[in-house]
Amino acid sequence: MYQTDQYEGMIAETVSMRGHKGDMINAYVARPLGAGPFPGMVVIHHAPGWDEWYRECTRRFAHHGYAAISPNLYFRDGHGTPEDVGAKVRAAGGAPDERVLGDLDGANAWLRSLPYVGRKVGIFGTCSGGRQAFLAGCRLKGLDAVVDCWGGRVVQSKEELTPAQPVAPIDYTKDLSAPILGLFGNEDKSPTPEQVNQHESELKKHGKPYEFHRYDGAGHGFFYYDRPAYRQEQAVDGWKKVFAFLERTLR
Amino acid sequence: MCTMIAHQVKLKGRGKSGPEWFEVREANVSYDHPYDLPLEHALNIDFVNEALGPGARVAVELSVEAARQLVKTIEAVLAQADQRGVLEDISVTAQPAARS
Repeated sequence: MYQTDQYEGMIAETVSMRGHKGDMINAYVARPLGAGPFPGMVVIHHAPGWDEWYRECTRRFAHHGYAAISPNLYFRDGHGTPEDVGAKVRAAGGAPDERVLGDLDGANAWLRSLPYVGRKVGIFGTCSGGRQAFLAGCRLKGLDAVVDCWGGRVVQSKEELTPAQPVAPIDYTKDLSAPILGLFGNEDKSPTPEQVNQHESELKKHGKPYEFHRYDGAGHGFFYYDRPAYRQEQAVDGWKKVFAFLERTLR
Repeated sequence: MCTMIAHQVKLKGRGKSGPEWFEVREANVSYDHPYDLPLEHALNIDFVNEALGPGARVAVELSVEAARQLVKTIEAVLAQADQRGVLEDISVTAQPAARS
């Protein structure tokens, strides 16, 4: 916890970075002022888009002492308001997993190229970003902590697989290379509590370090203070769990 | 989005977004997270023209009940117009493309 008499400063801005296949995309970056070293965080925006909530979320990590980058995973889908671009991606059935992984790998590399970023980088995502955070933890190298907040469709039936998302992330569990924190609402429909059970069983089966917390009285997206899904008590506790986990795994 | 249940239909029409009308070429229908309706999931319809960019969009977000009422109402209006012999059934294409 920071003290009232300590110095605090932050810089936040949009930058360009190389993503999937070397494409230039934009990203939002927030970091504490100072020489560091700060642990890095890759912050994956949710399905509705690269929006204000995610700008604030990225700054929240910086406020807690992390150098954070949130890549615009919809960069190639055009520009406009986050809602208009997000609606376009929604109609297309979401962003392709391979492209997303390439962009997240690029964000990790971008952080690791900086003199003020330490040796460890974590990844955080909510909603589709939670799913992608888990996928990244399984498929990418060089991530030291994974935070999956109510990632839907980690468990997918064959009927739900698409060319853009051809493999259910749960099938990659054996390859998970970092400890994972999962936060879920027991009233969520995606993922359902049963799907969270399946995910947990698979983590146990492969001996992966994990920490799942399930909240009664909460559904999907209970951190989103601008949506009716917001649950104050559960959100406050959830954020505490996130930072306790990251302090343990990244510092 | 988290359900990824989305279909697109090609069509011809006009939509109004702000002060200007634009040519609508596609309607994207999804059952997924809405942006403004205070529900976790909704029946979302975006009338768009992909060639004009993401901003060419007329958006509607409906509850399941409202969506079903709308479908019935459209069918009823078309049936009534057909009964009165005033339907102008010309030059409208509809090619459903399931992406769910």
